[in-house]
This record gives sequence, structure tokens and C-alpha cells, in this order.
Amino acid sequence: MTGTVWYCYAVARPFPPEALGGLRGVRDAEVRVVAHDDLVAVVSPVPADEFDESLLHAKFEDLAWLEAVARQHDAVVERIAQHSATLPFRLATIYFTKRAVDAILKDRARELGEALDRISGRAEWGVKVFTREPVSSTDPPADDIGSAASGTDARPGLSYLRRRRSERDAKESAWEDAAQQGAEIDRVLTEHSEFRRQHRAQSAELSGAVGQNVLNVAYLVPVNATDQFIALAQELQDEAPNCRIELTGPWAPYSFAFDGASFAAEEPDGTEQT
Amino acid sequence: MTGHDRVPDPAARQELWTSGNSGRSPAGKEISLVDLLDRLLAGGVVVTGDVSLSIAGVDLVHISLRALITSVKANRPSPLQS
Repeated sequence: MTGTVWYCYAVARPFPPEALGGLRGVRDAEVRVVAHDDLVAVVSPVPADEFDESLLHAKFEDLAWLEAVARQHDAVVERIAQHSATLPFRLATIYFTKRAVDAILKDRARELGEALDRISGRAEWGVKVFTREPVSSTDPPADDIGSAASGTDARPGLSYLRRRRSERDAKESAWEDAAQQGAEIDRVLTEHSEFRRQHRAQSAELSGAVGQNVLNVAYLVPVNATDQFIALAQELQDEAPNCRIELTGPWAPYSFAFDGASFAAEEPDGTEQT
Repeated sequence: MTGHDRVPDPAARQELWTSGNSGRSPAGKEISLVDLLDRLLAGGVVVTGDVSLSIAGVDLVHISLRALITSVKANRPSPLQS
């Protein structure tokens, strides 16, 4: 065994070789293709000792490593997607040999072809709906100011509790408003897209976003309907003052690369993925 | 749709952003890592075979989020969430 294994970014329909011009993959490696009939796998060599299953957990705890690999993966996928129908692979899918990649293209040609047909000429758009948080103020409410000024507040704990409760109520009500509008936004956007896939709501702590994320959905939209979809999202925002919509895209069809079930789930040996 | 009968809120318009062909984020802003990981860890094709490494079936979303939280907390000494 040499020290090299193969990182697979995507499977695509054949594209002109110029598409790979100057493109570097994970760890700055040269990006290559493995071709079989009307399918190509986009791969690059990576060091076997770095992409070893036993190190996987530790690697994924290393944010700098994770971010670097994720961005390099995405850069390759996006480049290919500009030239051809592209099915992104999951992060850090590694094959021992190029022959193993070739075997995937042969053995899974039908499923890969069907999945490519499903996403060809479409792009993914991400829509997140956030609450509009009431502006929190460090100034105490008016009744507190009054009592503080007079110096006669014998029960400061009570006003503190009252303030906390009112803040909590405002937060809950902001959530309900946004969730309600989010459901309507989702309904309309679903009608105007071909597929929908819900992602888990993002933690504000992670995303740094303002407000709570009540809805996080990806939609698959035909490329020729892009302008309409964006205009629709804008219109929905204009009509929903109690939430904030964030639209991201176009993405390669990451969320629709397979229809909710991995190919592995079809393995006759029953190695199911969940 | 009734959005045509009033002036759109310019603030709201600014917040809803897209980038068309030039990228996927507002001018000058990098794609959110969280958005990217949503897709790369929970999406994408999983084809097993002669793989030396596949994250399918492993709850790496959980793992990576823990890494992210650790990182965020390091940068932000006072957590905003209670």
C-alpha cells in the first residue's frame, strides 16, 4: 500500500478538461478524473495517514482542519458544477484506489445516472427563517427607573423577575410569529421548487446570526426559474415583517445528491446507513 | 401576493441576500461554514465500496458542531445563550 488514497469530490457528466484548469483540491493536490462511459468521478490523491478512519473523530474535532477540507471540497464541486451536472459526494469520502472509484462508476452507473438526471439543470437554494428579536436593552424598564430614582424599591428582586418574565414572553412570541410565517414561506417556496429538504435549525451560537433560526430548508430549483425564485423570496420577506429571511445560493445540489437514502442502503449485505 | 401595494422595507431587502453568479454570499462575506457543513455532512452522495474512509452513519454533524461550539466559545468568552 502506498501512502496515497483517493478523495472523491463528486460524480458528474463528462466536461471539457479545461474546467479543471488551475484547480487544486484538498491539501493542494491536483484534481483528476476517473471516467467510465458517461460518468466521471472527480478525485485527488491525499495522504493515507491523514485520511485514516481511526483518526477521523479527532480530525473532525479540529475545526481548522474541518474548515479547510470543507472549503476545498466545495471549491472543487462548485467549479465542476459550473460546467456539468454534478452530484457532490459527502465530505471526506475516500477510496483506497482509483480502481475502486472506477468500480463505483461501473457498479452504480444506473443510480448515479438517475440522480444526475434529477439534478441536471437545477440548483439548490437555501432559505433560513429567523425571528426578529425584540431589541434587548440594558436600560431598566421605566418602573425600575422610577423606583431606583426614589430609592424606595424594597423589592428589587421582584422587578428583576418581572423583567425576566417579560423578556421571556417576548422571545416566545417572536418565535411563534416567525414559525408561523416561516411555515407559510416554506409552503409557497415548496410549490415553486421541485424538491425540498429540511436541515436542522442552526444554533445562533454557531452561526452568529441575529435572531433564532426557526426554519432551515434547501430547495431544488430549475436554473431557468432562478430569477423567479429569488423574486418570490423577496416578496415573501416583504410580506412577513415578523421574521427575517436569509437566502443562500446557488449551491451545487448537495442536499439532493441522493433522495433521502444513501446508495449504501441498497446494499444486499444489509449495511444500512441511517 | 399583496407585496406590491406598499414600499418594501429597505432594511429587510438588504437582509435578504443573494449573489447570483458571483458567489453565494453577500459582497465580501465568505460562505458561512455552518451552511456549508449542513450540506457537506448531512448531504452529498454516499457510495460505499472499497472505501478507506466514509463518514456515513457516523454522527459527525454532532462531532463537528461540538468542535464549532468549542471554537466559538473560545472567541466569545460570554455566551449569548442561556
